[in-house]
Amino acid sequence: MKLPSPRGPLSDAVRTLVASPVDQPADVRAPDVARAAVDATTDLLTDEDVQLALYVMNELAYRGFDGVDDDWEWDPELLRVRRVVEGAFEEDLRRRVEVPGDVAPERGAVAAALFAMTAPSPGPSVARYVAKRATREQLEEFLVLRSIYQLKEADPHTWAIPRLTGKPKAALVEIQADEYGGGDAERMHCELFASTMRGVGLDAAYGAYVERIPALTLAALNLMSLVGLHRRLRGATAGHLAAFEMTSSLPNRLYGDGFRRHGFDEATTLYFDEHVEADAVHEQIAGRDLAGELAQQEPELCHDILFGAAACLYLDDLAGEQTLTAWTAGASALRPAA
Amino acid sequence: MKDSRPVSVVACPDGPLLVRGDAQLVDEQGKPVERRRATVALCRCGASAIKPYCDGTHKAIGFTAP
Repeated sequence: MKLPSPRGPLSDAVRTLVASPVDQPADVRAPDVARAAVDATTDLLTDEDVQLALYVMNELAYRGFDGVDDDWEWDPELLRVRRVVEGAFEEDLRRRVEVPGDVAPERGAVAAALFAMTAPSPGPSVARYVAKRATREQLEEFLVLRSIYQLKEADPHTWAIPRLTGKPKAALVEIQADEYGGGDAERMHCELFASTMRGVGLDAAYGAYVERIPALTLAALNLMSLVGLHRRLRGATAGHLAAFEMTSSLPNRLYGDGFRRHGFDEATTLYFDEHVEADAVHEQIAGRDLAGELAQQEPELCHDILFGAAACLYLDDLAGEQTLTAWTAGASALRPAA
Repeated sequence: MKDSRPVSVVACPDGPLLVRGDAQLVDEQGKPVERRRATVALCRCGASAIKPYCDGTHKAIGFTAP
């Protein structure tokens, strides 16, 4: 994919740095720019500049960018920049997110806490809006917003596999194998999502819409990369995945309904229909065999497991509210096209 | 999807039955039910819209397993 356009001084410095040769780096004092950016921001989660810069740095660990030297992924100077931003991001989330405090590090107790945190709630949601009210244009915006993660669906959590052992590892592999189509490339969830995008006439190329993605949606993905890329945060990855799976089956039914309401065929809604069935399996495995067993195996991770879940829900709620606010006001939920 | 593991069925607390292994699912006429994944969740609350599979509805109706 192409390097996205800068949205402020930090994403500009990161872009300039990675666009230069790794052995002759541009002199942009990026760590200082990063420190200034996180010190100056009034809200890190909605800061377009900071979230885009973090997205770009993280993406070097996934697919990289056209014309960017792959060695930037492990460049000490850029890692210093990432550390400054990630440190502020994690601190901000830990300050904001409420984590249930009285959960015993036991399989059943942790699974019960996760199911309680993710229990279906009434009231407005993106899923209900999509099912009943979204226009065709809003359905497209919905897919564009999700594409930044869904075209690499499951990848951020896969980083945790080598950091786990025993039952939690087997559970994560069982879930991820299904995410990756059980050995069938066409049934990989990212491929099913690409088919849905093409079904409504969108460009399914990886990263095609990054310029249109607002900070909060990038922040939700940056959270997955943060917890996925750091072994220290493997507990948070397990909790994040559990929360993600536990809030998926019922909404996906509603997403599918919205696309059926607009007359889209089964091939286009397959992604959603697949998730209704798959995630009803995954949530059970993720709650008990992954998160619950991990808490039992490594009790000191119990808090992080619940933090990962709570942070996932917190950012998804904020991003959902932002989308609904825009749509109900008749506005676009995306950043304006360049 | 063929799954060569020995059959196991896990009754999830207040949730579905998780089935792993080489179990054949058939309808009341004995016709095979399509199985698209190695591990499947069978509805136990009776309210799923994709029976015999679970769609998570047990959580919305507050199902408690007997």
